[in-house]
Amino acid sequence: MTPPRTRHTGPAGGAGPHALELRDITAGYDRRAPVLRGVSLSLREGEAVGLLGPSGCGKSTLAKVAALLHRPDAGTVHLGGEPARGFRHRAPRAQRTAVGVVFQSPRLAADPRLTLSALIAEPLLATGRKAGAADRTRELARAVGLGPDLLGRRPHEVSDGQLQRACVARALALRPRVLVCDEMTAMLDASTTAALVAVVEDYRARSGAALLAVGHDRTLLERWCDRTVELHGGGTDSALRSAPRAAAGTSAG
Amino acid sequence: MSADTLTPETVAGPPAAAHPLLSVRELTVRFRMRGGREVAAVTDVGLDLAPGECLALVGESGCGKSVLASALLGLLPGNAHVSGSAVLRGPGEADGLDLLTADEATLARTVRGRRVGLVPQSPAAHLTPVRTVRSQLAETVRELTGARGEELRAATLTAAGRAAFPADHLDRYPHQLSGGLAQRAATALALVGDAPLLLADEPTTGLDRDLVDRTVDELRAHTDEGRGLLIITHDLAAAERVADRVAVMYAGRIVELAPAPDFFGTPGPRHPYARGLLEALPERSFTPIPGMPPELGDLPAGCAFAPRCDRAADVCATVPQLTGGVACHRPLTAAAGEGPAARREGSRV
Repeated sequence: MTPPRTRHTGPAGGAGPHALELRDITAGYDRRAPVLRGVSLSLREGEAVGLLGPSGCGKSTLAKVAALLHRPDAGTVHLGGEPARGFRHRAPRAQRTAVGVVFQSPRLAADPRLTLSALIAEPLLATGRKAGAADRTRELARAVGLGPDLLGRRPHEVSDGQLQRACVARALALRPRVLVCDEMTAMLDASTTAALVAVVEDYRARSGAALLAVGHDRTLLERWCDRTVELHGGGTDSALRSAPRAAAGTSAG
Repeated sequence: MSADTLTPETVAGPPAAAHPLLSVRELTVRFRMRGGREVAAVTDVGLDLAPGECLALVGESGCGKSVLASALLGLLPGNAHVSGSAVLRGPGEADGLDLLTADEATLARTVRGRRVGLVPQSPAAHLTPVRTVRSQLAETVRELTGARGEELRAATLTAAGRAAFPADHLDRYPHQLSGGLAQRAATALALVGDAPLLLADEPTTGLDRDLVDRTVDELRAHTDEGRGLLIITHDLAAAERVADRVAVMYAGRIVELAPAPDFFGTPGPRHPYARGLLEALPERSFTPIPGMPPELGDLPAGCAFAPRCDRAADVCATVPQLTGGVACHRPLTAAAGEGPAARREGSRV
């Protein structure tokens, strides 16, 4: 039996360029036992795709490949039509910064020594945008709902929800064309979840960025995204099954 | 808070609450910080838990939920100042034991693991990484039951089985377990001492929905055997699935305490914060509560939710007491009357 390994189901008439295209990705942490085999997924400009699947199915690995943070064993990644020319530290800056990433645990994703404002400004300073960094940081902080009193604090002085707000601001700092949110809200309460989804959707509405939201909360991703895809197997047969947005779902934010 | 607001009747307890397993009264926890600053982590919490009952404590992160759990286990850091009482009563025990005043030796030798079992937030971090599950489980069984030799081997297997931990995974190290199995291993440890009270602090964080459902169903099954379960969670779906009653915590206080069917169904939540939290769910209106929770070290005078509340009025300048299951000067009334009427009233006075 040969189940279809890949199935593209972009919106009808999708002739536009793809913001992100993953083709026949085989990836994992042991070449003999890859987590993903031959997985393909495309996001059109401005499209929001939710990636669902059980724990351990490889959805986070796929998200890392999409963010150029993990080199696949086989397959190609295209960003805005251009093939990725490297992964991790070998990714060229222009491609690396075209993708903004938010991870599940803000504690693990934030340097504990930095204040929240330094955390948000880090991508700006790292790419030589010192001029205007302070203004941009304030603007980003306002967008995610962090007041000036919180910006001077370090991660251990704020709650998970507040720290994740800073991580979202950091991901938006360089105005990415693609956002990858890997379980962004898994540790957050309902209200903070809704608030951060609204921040992401507000940015996407203004910028036209595409979104790959990874998670296991079907209700959330069906409400949030234009369509959801489900990753099965992981190991022997990775197959994506695609579903359009739930009928009842309306745009977030 | 006066004692009369805390009778079992007004806190919406089941009939069995006349002999509660755990009675918490006026529990207050303050942290003394450098520079004389004080953090009001928990304020005036009162609740009862009956055998066979599950109470879910829900609220945003940083609202004091976990501090409450640590206080019940005597695990607060040295700069914490605790007042009030939390009496744990065994069946037929007249006086019970106040967990807040018990000394460390009593807590260590007779309470933790024996009378109160803790299902931890992060099972992977709770387990020792350098030893197998079997070795950790056997150690706990030996300590709590005194079993030795062949008897210990058998008791360890039984203990694993009670939490549905597969016997063929017992010789694995924690890093070789999936999130769900690590959770079961931690639950197995919590159940060894046959403690009448189970305390589960965010037991489902990071698990996928199927595993969340399975984990809370298993906790529910242990509750149905006659234990009391206090589950602390921010996952409202998990709370709805498992709980008999729901306590909503905001800024260190319980602002609503209601039977779960009333809270999640009709008539629905009565505190504006609780309503906001429920309405933020993606299956409901997916709208966040405006603003953020206040700092516990810098609480506003009066009702701590008033700055974010669309129903706030002058009367909200004083702290509302928990009466009839809700601590709000202007609670929402029955669901039928809400909607447009509520919005009209909601305009600031």
